[in-house]
Amino acid sequence: MSARTRLVAVAALVLFVGTGVALAQPQSGIVRPTFEPSAPSVQLGAELYAGNCATCHGIDGSGVSTPRRGAGGVLGAGPPLRRVGALAPDLYLRLGYMPLSSIHSEPESERVLLSDKEIRSLVAYVASLGAGPGIPHPAPSTGGISEGVHLFTEHCAGCHQVLARGGFVTGARVPPLQTVSPTQIAEAVRVGPYLMPRFSAGEISDSQLNSIIKYILSTRHPDNRGGWGIGNIGPIPEGLVAWWIAAPFLLFTCRVLAKRFRG
Amino acid sequence: MKRLLRWVVALGALLYGRMLRRRREKRERRRIVPAGTPERSAENLVLALLGVATLFAIGFIVAYAEYSPRSLPNELLGICLGMCFLFIAAALAVVAKRLVVTEELEDKYPKVHEEEQLQVAEIVHESGGRITRKRLLMGAGAAAGGALAAALGTPAASLGPVWHTAPLDQSPWRRGKRLVDEDDRPYSADTIEQGSFYTAFPEGADKDRLGAAVVVVRLDPNGLQLPAARATWAPEGIVAYSKICTHAGCAIALYRKPTFPTLEPHAALVCPCHYSTFDPARAGAVIYGPAGRPLPQLPLLIDDAGMMRAGGNFSGPVGPSWWAVRDHKAD
Repeated sequence: MSARTRLVAVAALVLFVGTGVALAQPQSGIVRPTFEPSAPSVQLGAELYAGNCATCHGIDGSGVSTPRRGAGGVLGAGPPLRRVGALAPDLYLRLGYMPLSSIHSEPESERVLLSDKEIRSLVAYVASLGAGPGIPHPAPSTGGISEGVHLFTEHCAGCHQVLARGGFVTGARVPPLQTVSPTQIAEAVRVGPYLMPRFSAGEISDSQLNSIIKYILSTRHPDNRGGWGIGNIGPIPEGLVAWWIAAPFLLFTCRVLAKRFRG
Repeated sequence: MKRLLRWVVALGALLYGRMLRRRREKRERRRIVPAGTPERSAENLVLALLGVATLFAIGFIVAYAEYSPRSLPNELLGICLGMCFLFIAAALAVVAKRLVVTEELEDKYPKVHEEEQLQVAEIVHESGGRITRKRLLMGAGAAAGGALAAALGTPAASLGPVWHTAPLDQSPWRRGKRLVDEDDRPYSADTIEQGSFYTAFPEGADKDRLGAAVVVVRLDPNGLQLPAARATWAPEGIVAYSKICTHAGCAIALYRKPTFPTLEPHAALVCPCHYSTFDPARAGAVIYGPAGRPLPQLPLLIDDAGMMRAGGNFSGPVGPSWWAVRDHKAD
């Protein structure tokens, strides 16, 4: 076998295996209906749902309680969507949390794979499955930052950090809130995505929510009193910086003292 | 028995003979280090320094026993211990500088040799020749060292039943107390939703008390794994635990709740300070982090009007588990 034939054989093999893998993983892309209407519609939503959501959320949002193989051999399981309304799908889809690449992975804000029209169609379809809450319309300008910082410290900062830079809870990462829109913040508070608890209007009223959002928006351009925010994530980097400056200085002082006494 | 006695006698005779031989050897050998002139003032100074060190060590023990955040500052403990070390060090420094006879070494330090090692031992022995009140000084040293050891050992007493711990179990919660929110509005059972969490206080009590705040969550009653004695503590699956972490006393401000329990981590109460994680379905058991004991659980009742009430006091002492804990009165 000459070098060239070997190369061609390898290339063919790679191509063949590559397409095989791509065919076996329909979840890595979005399955789109062949005919797309120009305007968002429940019909388009239903088709997108059947192609991208039904493996985990079941037919007509009935949910899949125990993991089972669905279309294309993909393992699927997920909560029912009968009474979630437009609130939850709007949040999950616009953040890029759904569709998940694997049922065991934590939903994270990655690339949003669906277009705005597709999202609106899907939200309209899921909302049509049963009566549920609608998309909130927060007005952060009517809130107060002082009330907002108080409420945020009490309800949110434990996980999201006081300047909304995100963090950890045991078993999951907590997203930063630097890029999400006011609507998404309001939705997340009412939905409680993934491991986050839900807060009803009885606990955090709509006007309190406006204050919280106003505070979160204000954390995007914090007033760095020291001149350098060091990521605005609290005492650990601050301590590190102190030690990187303090430790060499102390070592230097020790050396100078020792030299003087020896000499 | 008799045989044992014979062995003891033989051992005694052997040691006595050895001692006699040592003494004879010592008398025969000439002094290496010159006998120094006694310095009574230096000895007095050492005695005084060791005495002060002993007093500071005793001071630590007293401060530890009498500690309370209101009357005695906790800095006193550090000051006492630090001063004790400082005065012992000063006493040793005086002994070294003024009581031990020194000998200048002119040659290079000799190689290790058995005979010379004996000489070194003798030098060390003779160096104390200046000391006139050896026993008194040794006694003072032992007193300072002993007091310091006792001071260092004192905190261990907190582990045992030496001091009364009854105040730890006090809390403002009584059977029948209503659960109210921050604005004194009482909680009814149907306002407690699954997937959310609530902070509640006893009606009419000071909310700043350590034992006041509880965190309330509603769980799936079928998923509860409470001990049999607490079977009635969670009506409709609603459970309440102290909001104060048992590790360092931070507020349990995080509630991790799964959206889809089949695949996601199960519900947990998490402390944001050091990530101590407690399982609300299993009586507040620690599932992660530095906390050493479960969260104290508050028994709950739902009255005829559907309002949440306490069914009694907590299952255990509220608050962080550390050495001064008995002084943070729970109620």
